[in-house]
Amino acid sequence: MARDWLKGAKQNYDTIVIGSGLGGMTSANLLAKLGHNVLLAEHHYNLGGMATWFKRKGGHVLDISLHGFPIGMIKTFRKYWSKDMADRVIQLKNIRFDNPQFSVNTTFDRVDFTDLLENHFGIMKEVIDEFFNTVREMNFYDEIKISTRDLFERFFPGRKDVWRFLMEPITYANGSTLDDPALTYGIVFSNFMSKGVFTYQGGTDQLIKEMKHEMESNGVDIRTHCLVEKIYVEDGKVKGVRINGRDIECKTVLSNANITTTIQHLVGEEHFKPEFVDEAQKVRLNTSSCQVYMGIKRGEKIDYDGDLLFSSVADEYDTDKILAKDVTSRTFSFYHPFIRPGGNRYSIVSSTNARYEDWSNLSESEYLREKEDLIQTTLDALEKYVPDIRKVADYFEAATPATFKRYTLHPKGTSFGTKFEGLKVSRELPNQIQGLFHTGSVGIIMSGWLGAANYGVIVSNEVDKLLRSLNTEASMVVTSA
Amino acid sequence: MTKEQVRQAILDILTEIAPDEDIHSISDDGNLRDQIDLDSMDFLDIVMELRKRFNIEVPEKDYEFLATMSSCVNYLFPLLGDRKLAS
Repeated sequence: MARDWLKGAKQNYDTIVIGSGLGGMTSANLLAKLGHNVLLAEHHYNLGGMATWFKRKGGHVLDISLHGFPIGMIKTFRKYWSKDMADRVIQLKNIRFDNPQFSVNTTFDRVDFTDLLENHFGIMKEVIDEFFNTVREMNFYDEIKISTRDLFERFFPGRKDVWRFLMEPITYANGSTLDDPALTYGIVFSNFMSKGVFTYQGGTDQLIKEMKHEMESNGVDIRTHCLVEKIYVEDGKVKGVRINGRDIECKTVLSNANITTTIQHLVGEEHFKPEFVDEAQKVRLNTSSCQVYMGIKRGEKIDYDGDLLFSSVADEYDTDKILAKDVTSRTFSFYHPFIRPGGNRYSIVSSTNARYEDWSNLSESEYLREKEDLIQTTLDALEKYVPDIRKVADYFEAATPATFKRYTLHPKGTSFGTKFEGLKVSRELPNQIQGLFHTGSVGIIMSGWLGAANYGVIVSNEVDKLLRSLNTEASMVVTSA
Repeated sequence: MTKEQVRQAILDILTEIAPDEDIHSISDDGNLRDQIDLDSMDFLDIVMELRKRFNIEVPEKDYEFLATMSSCVNYLFPLLGDRKLAS
């Protein structure tokens, strides 16, 4: 008989969190700390969602999304996780760009960007300052008036090289493009510009281990291999969920699954108002990714001191070219030994934004051939920076949008959630159905490690508010009886 | 609770939220945001702590009253004035 992954689970919980991305885990941990009874259900055998890693023969540990996040993550770890986690956050100081328009090194903060914009790109200091001040004052509740393209056109008309310098890293971070609302760009860019790009010393495996430990000590009932199949709703209220065929009651559900999956498949559109269903159907998914993982042999090293390299052979920044299967732009994350002290190991991960459709309709043999081609062309591109990469590396593997779909269950393997309109739909869920909440990568600004974790906190506040009001009602009923 | 006790209760919450900041240097009328580097997430934490500790719900439209120490005390005193301190 198959193992019962729900063995010992209770018959009811205050909150069931669906999915263990950074948003789901931060919520589960916080709600448990606030005194609620929480079950965290993850379909995969590992926790973390996109914040994940894998190990391969030869002592290779490959990270999916470790490099890098804004400094705000220190405070987020400190407040919602632990001081130890906060203390492990370290800066990545060598950020490189290399493309036909320019080659620069930067620490990726406002001071250094100002210097480069002024002295390398020849932009007037007053314009640079006004640009930084404008983007810093953008808020998510502002009215969407202009796109990022409009914003760049206003400050740097015709300067496609500057646009690329400002946009390429943000496309890597959250999949956004020139056509998305300028405020999403402003918020994310300003977060990075405050102090630069950071990473987590110890690696993703250490981080998730710490988080698991922290959640356990706060009393979260963590269940892996547990697929939530259905959210039960009665009379406009959440009643429970079905996990691996078993029904469990709960007062609230916090879905860290994709927002459209939550509405259309887990709950079912019949439980929502028709206008809301229409609005939800209009939510556009963000794009997915391809990655190539390269494990360096034990004892070998890489003579390249960059941490992140935005490389492209395309003439200029172009959304279609960035997504095209004929890859011209790649972001290389270099994982040096200081990431996992004591191990003295290196790895390199190449990331490319990609479309699910380009990978989903291939036959198995075509798919395998295309994956191998992706690896070989990536190595060709990397040889410019690490000439002996084929000699020093002994492990290669590729992930495609189909891979991301398989592990995260996100529709079309989206690795950056939804476009901006997804945030409003996500926020509206509890007004549609009492006890139904969503957290996860929505609206571009709630994407990435910092966005995901903080959105988890924002939604947990709403869950806590409801649970406490339900408890107060219950005690009033008892008192008056 | 007296006004002084309400003030102390707020300081306790701030100590929890910003453990690395010098809470005792806070002046009554300066912006908390500037004095101890509080951001919008920190204000959300203050709201959660008030709910947890005193079962007080601060609606979003009232967040502005949390801007300075004295405006916090003035806003919370009528809500907490009749509470006894937990022993």
